[in-house]
Amino acid sequence: MSGPTPATASPHSGPAVVTPAHLVWRRFRRHRLAMLGAVMTLALYVGAAFAPFLAPFGPNEYQATYTYAPPQPVHWLRSDEDGRRIFGPYVHGLSVSVDYDSGRRVFETDETTVTPIVFFPRGAEYDLFGFIPTDRHLFGPADPDQPMFLTGADRLGRDMFSRTLIGAQVSLSVGLVGVAASLVLGLIFGGLSGYYGGATDTLIQRVIEFLQSIPSIPLWIGLAAALPKDVDPVLIYFYITLILSLIGWTGLARVVRGRFLSLRNEDFVRAARLDGAGPWRIMFRHMVPSFLSHVIAAVTLAIPAMILAETALSFLGLGLRQPVISWGVLLQEAQNIRSVATAPWLFLPGLAVVVAVLSMNFLGDGLRDAADPFSS
Amino acid sequence: MTSYIARRLLYMIPTLIAVSLLAFAVITLPPGDYADTYVLAARQSGQVVTPEEEARIRAFYKLDRPWIAQYWDWASGIVTRGDFGFSFQWDLPVNELIWPRLAMTFVVSFSSLLLVWIVAIPVGVYSAVRQYSLGDMLATIFGFLGLAIPNFLFALVLMYVSFRYFGTSVGGLFSPEYVNAPWSLAKLGDFLGKLWLPMVVLGTAGTAGLIRVVRANLLDELKKPYVVTARAKGLRERDAIRRYPLRIALNPFVSSLNDVFVQMVSGATIVSVVLSLQTTGPLLLEALRAEDMYLAGSFVMMLSVLTVVGTLVSDLLLAWLDPRIRYR
Repeated sequence: MSGPTPATASPHSGPAVVTPAHLVWRRFRRHRLAMLGAVMTLALYVGAAFAPFLAPFGPNEYQATYTYAPPQPVHWLRSDEDGRRIFGPYVHGLSVSVDYDSGRRVFETDETTVTPIVFFPRGAEYDLFGFIPTDRHLFGPADPDQPMFLTGADRLGRDMFSRTLIGAQVSLSVGLVGVAASLVLGLIFGGLSGYYGGATDTLIQRVIEFLQSIPSIPLWIGLAAALPKDVDPVLIYFYITLILSLIGWTGLARVVRGRFLSLRNEDFVRAARLDGAGPWRIMFRHMVPSFLSHVIAAVTLAIPAMILAETALSFLGLGLRQPVISWGVLLQEAQNIRSVATAPWLFLPGLAVVVAVLSMNFLGDGLRDAADPFSS
Repeated sequence: MTSYIARRLLYMIPTLIAVSLLAFAVITLPPGDYADTYVLAARQSGQVVTPEEEARIRAFYKLDRPWIAQYWDWASGIVTRGDFGFSFQWDLPVNELIWPRLAMTFVVSFSSLLLVWIVAIPVGVYSAVRQYSLGDMLATIFGFLGLAIPNFLFALVLMYVSFRYFGTSVGGLFSPEYVNAPWSLAKLGDFLGKLWLPMVVLGTAGTAGLIRVVRANLLDELKKPYVVTARAKGLRERDAIRRYPLRIALNPFVSSLNDVFVQMVSGATIVSVVLSLQTTGPLLLEALRAEDMYLAGSFVMMLSVLTVVGTLVSDLLLAWLDPRIRYR
């Protein structure tokens, strides 16, 4: 075993103190995939926060000439009229013609036109973080009228890359909010069940078993179908997270209960009880901190499930709806297999879902393994 | 054992009552009812519907009473006559609609479960015995991917691939010429040729998860002294793994098979919409949208019955597999 040398073995400073958090971190760091997952997850959330800035176009900006325009690859080397070589990103133009047999637009790369990509151009206006009005973007075409669809355009000639980035804001946050809600339920019911045991435990466990034994998707499709069609999109967002948290909490409650049961008879809990601490104080002051790492791991693993659920609901047209942009809403465009066959780049939001879910699963897996630093 | 099964069957009764109540409550939750849907459709096609007519329609379908009364009618019909009520939208008894669909759902879910079973155990065992080998790594990657790709997206991609590269439009469970044909060998062949797609789509996530379960549990067991003893006594490697550690490692496998089955029946709802399978999914979705409540309620309830029975079967398997488990 090439594990880290025990901290107590350091010769000069006597027994060093290593906090449990440090031990968790040390263990976590050894897990390569988990580190990768952590970095990716962080990048995704930062990307989502800065999405309107990173996106070259506004989400609803469209160029009607370029419906279903294919992705334009980025080139780096070109020569100007004098034959000097210039290094810098650019895309070729697209020439459009209409194929009257199929009624579809046909795009061909126009090698003669060059649209350089410039940094910090002005573009669509937006509020960064919701309150800083600006119109600067990280990058964009030098000539705003020229097409620059790095990953293609959709049915209305909107940039898929920009829309996928913006969609991350809703898709990634829906998981967080849903998990927060189910964590509250999970902590309360899991805590009651595990702390009191006996009849309370039996009752809560039966309810959880019941909820887990029924097929959830038909039920939440029913719940989602019950949402009124014409309410504010923000309210729909709120309802959807509530529906999502209905699935999440049973799993979390089980984790919490298991931990409570195993801690209930530990010496420090008994000591607190003998000291006259009330049940709430014992639970949240003494017991919760000692299994917090387990809860964090369980929560991390619950978020991707929620992201998948939101995507599926929105895809069926029962979750979030236009004009809200989420990955599921974007994937609705990919429902028709024929349109996908001619424009496979409509799958891009799906790729984003896979990457996000994969990173969070790796992260959660690593956290779970590292959660108990004292096990072998 | 018999008394255990009897108790479990008895326990199913309150569960099913709760499920049916829950399903019915959820379905009647949306504002409005089928009469609204009907009137809206009629108005859109240009007919004039007076409020009196609307009230008559509502009274005809008995929608003007409180939902608990409607529930009572529905539930007592099921218990006394096996009558699941009437589908407004299809103008047919629910019984005629749900049984063929449920049978298909069962066939699709169960065959996917078989696929999971056949793939997950050997791959999981291999992964554990040859930990960190190339095959183990491939299985791990596959496992994570299988969990991360949403079912419906996987279905779409497979459809895209077969449309693009094989020029065939897959989807459905039968080719057009067989949809209404009576069962024959040719139809069966056609059906089996189409079944693999939903099987693969539905089976992947479950397989991925269960490979992890088998691998982790077998790894734990392989370190235990009794395996060393078995080896020391000269048991062949194959027997030393198969006789005891594998049996114990399969224990959590069977209990998580429960969840997998529930998720499969559940996930099939979305996948079958994408693949337009003649299972419960698309019909349920339509019924929910149109507030065709008896049809939707019956579907949700029967899907729950399917999962509850599936759970019982897997618990019984568990008892057979591990003699230490004795149900009293």
